[in-house]
Amino acid sequence: MLTVTRKELWPGVGLTAVHTTKFKSSAMSVTLLTPLSRENAGPNALIPAVLRRGTAAHPDMESLSAALDELYGGTIEPAVRKKGETQCIGFVASFLDDAYTLNGEQILEQAARLLGELLLAPYTQNGAFCPDYTAGEKANLIDRIRGQVNDKRSYAVQRLTQEMCRDEAFGVDKLGDEETVAAVTPESLWRRYQALLREAAVEVYYCGSAQPERVEAALRDALAALPESTDRCRPECEVLAHAGREIRLVEEPMEVSQGKLSLGFRTGGLTCRSEEYPALTMCNAIFGGTTLSKLFRNVRERLSLCYYASSMMEKQKGLLMVSSGIEFDKYQTARDEILAQLEAIRRGEIEDWELEGARRTLISGHRTTLDSQGRQEEFWLGQAAAGLDTDIETLCAQFETVTREQVAAAAQKLELDTIYFLKGKEG
Amino acid sequence: MEKLEFARARETMAHEKLENGLHVFVFPKPEFQKGYAFFATNYGGMDMRFRLDGEWHDTPAGVAHYLEHKMFDTKEGNALQQLAANGASPNAFTSNAITGYYFESTEKFEENLKILLSFVSVPYFTKESVDKEQGIIGQEIGMIEDDPDWKVFTNLMSALYRHHPIRVSVAGSVESISHITAETLYACHKAFYDPANMVLCVAGNVDPARICAAAREILPTQAGPIAEKDYGPAEPETAAEHLKEERMAVSSPIFQLGYKGDAPERGEKGMRQQLLGELACEVLLGNSTPLYARLYREGLINRNFSYGYDDAPGCAFLAAGGESRDPEAVRDAVEAEARRIDREGVDPALWERVKKGVYGGKMRGLNSFENLCIGQAQSFFGGWDFLRFPEVFAGIRKSEVEALIARWVVPERTALSVVRPGEAQA
Repeated sequence: MLTVTRKELWPGVGLTAVHTTKFKSSAMSVTLLTPLSRENAGPNALIPAVLRRGTAAHPDMESLSAALDELYGGTIEPAVRKKGETQCIGFVASFLDDAYTLNGEQILEQAARLLGELLLAPYTQNGAFCPDYTAGEKANLIDRIRGQVNDKRSYAVQRLTQEMCRDEAFGVDKLGDEETVAAVTPESLWRRYQALLREAAVEVYYCGSAQPERVEAALRDALAALPESTDRCRPECEVLAHAGREIRLVEEPMEVSQGKLSLGFRTGGLTCRSEEYPALTMCNAIFGGTTLSKLFRNVRERLSLCYYASSMMEKQKGLLMVSSGIEFDKYQTARDEILAQLEAIRRGEIEDWELEGARRTLISGHRTTLDSQGRQEEFWLGQAAAGLDTDIETLCAQFETVTREQVAAAAQKLELDTIYFLKGKEG
Repeated sequence: MEKLEFARARETMAHEKLENGLHVFVFPKPEFQKGYAFFATNYGGMDMRFRLDGEWHDTPAGVAHYLEHKMFDTKEGNALQQLAANGASPNAFTSNAITGYYFESTEKFEENLKILLSFVSVPYFTKESVDKEQGIIGQEIGMIEDDPDWKVFTNLMSALYRHHPIRVSVAGSVESISHITAETLYACHKAFYDPANMVLCVAGNVDPARICAAAREILPTQAGPIAEKDYGPAEPETAAEHLKEERMAVSSPIFQLGYKGDAPERGEKGMRQQLLGELACEVLLGNSTPLYARLYREGLINRNFSYGYDDAPGCAFLAAGGESRDPEAVRDAVEAEARRIDREGVDPALWERVKKGVYGGKMRGLNSFENLCIGQAQSFFGGWDFLRFPEVFAGIRKSEVEALIARWVVPERTALSVVRPGEAQA
């Protein structure tokens, strides 16, 4: 059996403890939830990477990796994620479950302590972050930001997001931008870190064989140095229900051999909080969410218009985005065909097997989340960021009852807002 | 059907040998939603020369991989789509020693299993479909040949070995695969895809008896003859070449440093050597060694540095590599550290730490059904049970690891492969 316990450790500090004996490891994470902003995103993204370089007790990577070896080769990795307009920064950890140690040692408490130490007791010099670590991680983060353009497929979606939401917080990338990162000093980063510790909402996650009481005690102890604060608030997410009056087209020329066409839709205000959310999710699956979808089968396989074509949702923000790779001269045809497939769904032209195939794929995908500690962590963090507590079984039950008409109704709500086209330099 | 209990791993494994010679292993996992099946033949990229029905066959490099691609074709169409329509995600791979086909699904597991067993056991090739595949695999080969990581590793194999077929790329070359015909594929399928040369491993919320029943229903009832393999003359202990260099479009030099080991024995000795090899890497140049810290500080290695033990029938080696501005300096530093370990032994505190770290990592790896099933399939072909590793591991002594380092990490057994920045030589 798998049971989920939600608990508030302190005001604004939530714990999700999943009790199960099906894994040989236990997963843990600590995440600070803060509003995504142009000014702070870069420095925030830098913080876990700098923290991971050393703590007061384990001042360098050698002593940290020795400590992790002692804990049976556990891992603690810095993580930066984006959920709606919330930037989530922190650490994700995995340790051997107590039941499997060679000499019957208990790992949970020590692992939680090391995790707390990484978040709350960094290695400092002159009352701020170590200049050496700060400089090194700044360079790494800037490399990562510059490297985003290398993967043209995700770059085209990122650029679409930036353009479509240029006046919204959602337009900011989870890693921030090069300029704000370059401007960081050990002192400015230290001030940002202190502010985060006071103001950010905190989500703590555990999944493993320990009983929730023991987990709670271990984590309360490990995080006791978190400043007391009544200002921890969960970031909001602004939802624009409708597209602008005119469809915006953004073209960007680049030295590429394949064009990338991305289309951004507003969902008419439908989000994961709406009653119609299961129908919207099904709509996305039928449109471009799976290898059985209309985009994959028709635009890619039957018409060979695209190298790939798929769609995805941003459930909190209320967006649906289509991503495709095309020949430069296929822009108009591909765009028309993608929209024609959406029209078909709007008219309810959905075969029985398409509807059932999408339903089975979604349910199966959600259920297998329960087979992975990492995916459960991701799911619960997303729920926490959205302020929801619906569990996976409840969602699956909702997918079971979605009808063709409800899918068509969700599709009718979609409004095309922005088109982004990455095209070749010549022509 | 026998039931085996593995105390340290806390796992149960059901096992049955069917009348047709197929071994079936099932890991019942009642708490899991998904099921995973892995169906593999003891036949991989290196099995190019074999004898069947008294006759020796020399087949082109890349044929096992080519066969894997074509197995998904069925008389009715394509097994990939059939499985995908049932919500299963299927795939396959060919390694030096084995070819494996697998899928994962939460619904219609038995139906999907029957599809898997059927398409792998019933060959269906036409001249047109085999010819068409030349282009597809040719592109795949072109892509990997452009990959510097592949190049540096392949060069290491050909530097370490004189004639063992591990020197030859699993995918073959555009030239070698051009000799493959439908007849070649039928002959190789007949030689190696017999149930008696195969293994089926399943993990999930399944009933072992029903898995065996599905296998009995779909597969041939009798065992057929199995081909005899030939890997050529025995390999000498020393490396064939000590340095191999090439130029490609890379931003900084990449390297692979290899140490030729002793061919693994069958049975648990083979597993023991694998564990010893992994531990040897960890105490010699692993993430928590003083040598690693020094090389990292001096900028001779970076985060991309990785290492490990690998083997196949007839060969075993340690390899370590990544990016470095001076690969020769890394090689020399490892050599000096090995001699220091010969003199002073491995630091006991480091040993205890590393042993815990490796143990925990391997144990956590058992969360993955894929790891469990592929691990058992490979172990079965090697003559041991995968889940016995924790017991064997717990009994390993520091002196055994030191002895392996003293024997393998020596100049005669060393080869360094480097890809440096520059124009590729035509």
